Amino acid sequence: MTKQTTQAPLGSPAIALPPTSVVTLKINGEERQLHIAPWTTLLDALREYLDLTGTKKGCDHGQCGACTVLVDGRRINSCLTLAVMQEGADITTIEGLGTEQNLHPLQQAFIDHDAFQCGYCTPGQICSAAALLTEGKAKTTAEIRELMSGNVCRCGAYTNIVAAIEEVLTTQKVQRHE
Amino acid sequence: MSTTNYIGKPTSRVDGPAKVTGAAKYAAEFNVPNLAYGYVVSSAVTKGKITKIYTDEILAIAGVLQVFSHENVPSLAWLDRSYKDDVAPGGSPFRPLHSAEVKFNMQPVAVVVAETFEVARYAASLLRIDYDVVEHATDLEAKRDDGYKPGGGKTGWMPPPAPRGNPNDALQNAAHRVEGEFIHQAQHHNPMEMFATTVEWLGDKKLKVYDKTQGAFNSQQYVTKIFGLSKDNVQVISKYTGGGFGSGLRPQYQLFLAVLASLELKRSVRVSLTRQQMFSFGHRPHTLQYLALGANEDGSLAAVHHHALAETSQFEDFTENVVNWSGMLYQCDNVKLTYELAKLDVFTPLDMRAPGAATGSFALEIAMDELAYKAGLDPLEFRLRNYAARDQNADKPFSSKKLRECYHEGAAKFGWAKRTPEPRSMRDGSQLVGWGVGGGVWDASQQKAAASASLNVDGKLTVKSGSNEIGTGTYTIMTQIAAETMGLPLEAVTFELGDTALPEAPLQGGSWTAASVGSGVKAACDALGEKLLKLAQKMEDSPLKGVTYKDVQFVNGQIRLYSDPTQAVVIRDILPANGQEKLEADGSASPDMARQSQYSLHAHNAVFVEVKVDEDLGTVHVTRVVNAVAAGRILNPKTARSQVLGSVVWGISMAMMEESVMDHGFGRYMNHNYAEYHVPVCADIHDIDVVFVEEEDDIVNPLGVKGIGEVGLLGVAAAIANAVYHATGKRIRNLPISIGKLL
Repeated sequence: MTKQTTQAPLGSPAIALPPTSVVTLKINGEERQLHIAPWTTLLDALREYLDLTGTKKGCDHGQCGACTVLVDGRRINSCLTLAVMQEGADITTIEGLGTEQNLHPLQQAFIDHDAFQCGYCTPGQICSAAALLTEGKAKTTAEIRELMSGNVCRCGAYTNIVAAIEEVLTTQKVQRHE
Repeated sequence: MSTTNYIGKPTSRVDGPAKVTGAAKYAAEFNVPNLAYGYVVSSAVTKGKITKIYTDEILAIAGVLQVFSHENVPSLAWLDRSYKDDVAPGGSPFRPLHSAEVKFNMQPVAVVVAETFEVARYAASLLRIDYDVVEHATDLEAKRDDGYKPGGGKTGWMPPPAPRGNPNDALQNAAHRVEGEFIHQAQHHNPMEMFATTVEWLGDKKLKVYDKTQGAFNSQQYVTKIFGLSKDNVQVISKYTGGGFGSGLRPQYQLFLAVLASLELKRSVRVSLTRQQMFSFGHRPHTLQYLALGANEDGSLAAVHHHALAETSQFEDFTENVVNWSGMLYQCDNVKLTYELAKLDVFTPLDMRAPGAATGSFALEIAMDELAYKAGLDPLEFRLRNYAARDQNADKPFSSKKLRECYHEGAAKFGWAKRTPEPRSMRDGSQLVGWGVGGGVWDASQQKAAASASLNVDGKLTVKSGSNEIGTGTYTIMTQIAAETMGLPLEAVTFELGDTALPEAPLQGGSWTAASVGSGVKAACDALGEKLLKLAQKMEDSPLKGVTYKDVQFVNGQIRLYSDPTQAVVIRDILPANGQEKLEADGSASPDMARQSQYSLHAHNAVFVEVKVDEDLGTVHVTRVVNAVAAGRILNPKTARSQVLGSVVWGISMAMMEESVMDHGFGRYMNHNYAEYHVPVCADIHDIDVVFVEEEDDIVNPLGVKGIGEVGLLGVAAAIANAVYHATGKRIRNLPISIGKLL
């Protein structure tokens, strides 16, 4: 038995595409101008228009956390926000947290604890952990685990991710008390 | 005093700084100039024929460059063998955009190429396609009677050995018997990085291809054969791979599509798949296993029957070793092992971490637990009583086997002795506690690999081999091996991989990279060392005159006499003294087949698991795991531990979560995204302990390594199911162990 069917039956293409405009984003302390249409996500703006490929695309649907960046200090999935919505905001990506010559304490701790394998989820994990530290909600191991559960690691490096974050958290606490 | 002995020392990843800063670049991150973007259109139907494809309305959209489909693909290679990659199973490989025929749901049927990613995505969503649809079959359970014995299979597949002893009578006469069916659904690798290829058009059909793969050379030969290009014109680069787990063993269709578009449009093109499309190619096959075991009064295994029926596609026979392990993990003289396939309208399955063994050990290790209960024995004691000192499948001795030590050391660390055997006998407050054990066996393999080594006048060593880094630590362990062999500090050594311009290395898979590429690197460094010694001997007043390579050691930046370490030459001084800028050498290593073929070469593990079950809610938490692994020499305990930790997470995932849910009405995996295809997150993972049991083996390869990427996964799912039984008295033989099955 054969039957007919049509894929995308509602397709009546709008020939006129959304217009591009100049959008100014403040990323890692630097103002960057780009010509984009409103439909460009912050994630694609970073990766495809600004060559900031440290921010990763793992699902494009807010399900994996690989694209986590900091916007005004808050961690967000950059695939779930449009770049035009972030004009004027303070955006920090993994490239802004530290460099190979000058690592952020979390980046160093991730290396020391071997808190990654393939490295693809790692920038998102580290950005997420950076926000976790400033949020001040995670005080126990269980709370770190819970509050880091928006970032999937398919290699399964969770044990070491928690150890790395715990170390930085403890060091910060000690420093605060000194 | 610092030393340059690095092998066996916990060493932080040398690629760590690049990975934690975002500097490591993956396939879709090479933003070459004038790049166009391709977006794949996936078939909405499972089986049938495309009757019309409305490309004109898409081409009218500003910014769309071309729509490629079967209607406008140029004439390409004709024979099946041109489409066969290094690990293609028997049959006819799938050819993207080859004809109007649709063979599986989400088959790539077109790729829309546009000036921007956004336009390509938008246009692809509007592409209208008419199909004539015919009935499909995607349900393995409906094919129970249609199984057939696969013919050729693929590289590495061993048909089950012929039956031994008298398995039917032995089972019939056994004092204790168990039998049952064990099921798992299809599972998808889902590495974090989605498959992508960036093709840089260098003019005149010359391409630089950045591909997500576990084997750059495999991608290169695939592309050159299909498109009729010379290897000189196709350089494939894969410096970092965002997870593989087997998914990158075969070239995926975005590679074909990106190369096609680049050649046709004469410009650079990137094609990335979506997470949904990550469910449109290979997967761990849905498998139905039947196991019957018999034991004698004394607790010895009397009989093993293991049968598996696995799905494959209509066009290829994907085979894996599912049942064979059941003839070698335990001592048993009456064994019958059979393996069949059934064809479905799905894409060909694909090796997924510990292919076959993860599947087989799940069934065998649950059945062993059931039989231990029947025989009134502790499940660990039962395993020890049936310990296989010899590989009965191959009728060969093991080159080494420290599984007994895995059992003992793992049990001690876990505290197994405190276990009370009765189900539902252990509690923690309102929660039921269960302890389970399992384990497995995996091949220790070595493939041919080549490498080159080059020492610069400034004392820096560069070693190259076209292997891959998928998270296993290849950069790091090869740097360790090279540094130790040449007696140079780690910081003076750079290891390069992932490029077809480098010496050829095998696919990154089968847990063989450490053994294969490591041996190649060692060979290249030894060759360089011999050359360097000759130059050192030419130096004025050289204390090394007249000695051979065997008489010296390379350590702490010096070449020293073994007999008198004070007699030494500083390595950094040798090239300047000889007026040379650079010294280079090549090396390659192959397995010593004559020696190895006399032995059975395998790694083993034993895993102990604690679960806590809330019976009111049906929730299971895997609270504690000890995984004891015997895998020969451990090159880097730090990265090796991480691999085993990851394997345990995979085992928890397999036991508790993973399931690609097929709607047989549509013939499509319905949970094809990261929200509904569950894998563990941070909160799901509790205490995991890894024990490496010391195991010396100079037969497997000169380095003595067996590989640890896969063995750690074996038996984890079974140990969890066994722990759940111990906690609740409920025997779950159908994965995943979801809440509904426990309520």
